Amino acid sequence: MSVLYLMVPMSLALGFGFFAAFYWAVRQGQFDDVETPALRILEDSPQERKLHGKKHSQI
Amino acid sequence: MEKSILRSDHVVYDDDIVKKFILATLVWAGVAFTLGLIIALQLASYRFNLNLEWITFGRLRPLHTNAAIFAFAGNAIFAGIYHSTQRLCKTRLFSDLFSRIHFWGWQLIILSAALTLPFGITAGKEYAELEWPIDIAITLVWVVFAVNFFGTLAKRKEKHMYVAIWFYIATIVTVAVLHIVNSIAIPVSMFKSYVVWAGIQDALVQWWYGHNAVAFFLTTPFLGLMYYYVPKAVNRPVYSYRLSIVHFWALVFYIFGQVHIICFIPRSQIGLRPWG
Repeated sequence: MSVLYLMVPMSLALGFGFFAAFYWAVRQGQFDDVETPALRILEDSPQERKLHGKKHSQI
Repeated sequence: MEKSILRSDHVVYDDDIVKKFILATLVWAGVAFTLGLIIALQLASYRFNLNLEWITFGRLRPLHTNAAIFAFAGNAIFAGIYHSTQRLCKTRLFSDLFSRIHFWGWQLIILSAALTLPFGITAGKEYAELEWPIDIAITLVWVVFAVNFFGTLAKRKEKHMYVAIWFYIATIVTVAVLHIVNSIAIPVSMFKSYVVWAGIQDALVQWWYGHNAVAFFLTTPFLGLMYYYVPKAVNRPVYSYRLSIVHFWALVFYIFGQVHIICFIPRSQIGLRPWG
């Protein structure tokens, strides 16, 4: 079971690493707007508009 | 904001690499399914072994799982991530060269799996059967993938990171840790090595890997892809973007639960675990 002395700290490090990422993201204001990002991804890029003409692209 | 949208007009996305990965996905899907059919037939009748040691169940089964997980699902993940990340970041991928190294490197790794497993060259760890030279190649190609992905994030022209990107990040970081820790081995020859963990230690590490590989190779990347492609396909926003963010952070902090998984091997407390 001695491998736990490696694995437990490693799992915790991963978890706290993600917590740090979460903290950074909140401070950055990444989650201030939780409405428009869902809409903005639907807009096609100019490259896609050219590819598909005027109709909405499938994916 | 306005400025960044205007500038994105000049971006040409790298869709060639996406098509390469999609083609590879289809080819390996055919291989994986065929192998699955063969080993299923072998379970039904010994005659399908054709009296050849190289194609017996014990050798083809790991080839089938490797082909299905790492070749079929893997290439699909890379195609989807490279296609959607460029659009979500409104920028071309970080490096065309890295994309190509990633693609060809990954195909060579799969090819080497197909060339070693039938000959009985195996590390003997489920879903991590490949021997040490191939494990090192996987690590290197994964690092190239990570640099390419995070480089793309760094030069993104869209400030907000859509929820799918967070799922991709969790995938790339966690799979790297899982693969390296589970595959640390001491080589004794070109095609034979012994894992540094022995006995019960190896059992713990192996199934910490096995459990989380399902989570972070087969679950998180596809959740991310679904958060992008389902809304795009039906041209409607996700029902609640707020909920998708709660989803990601709730799921990723389950990584603390790894400790729980390790401590409870064998899986005596499975009913108490919220997921997996």
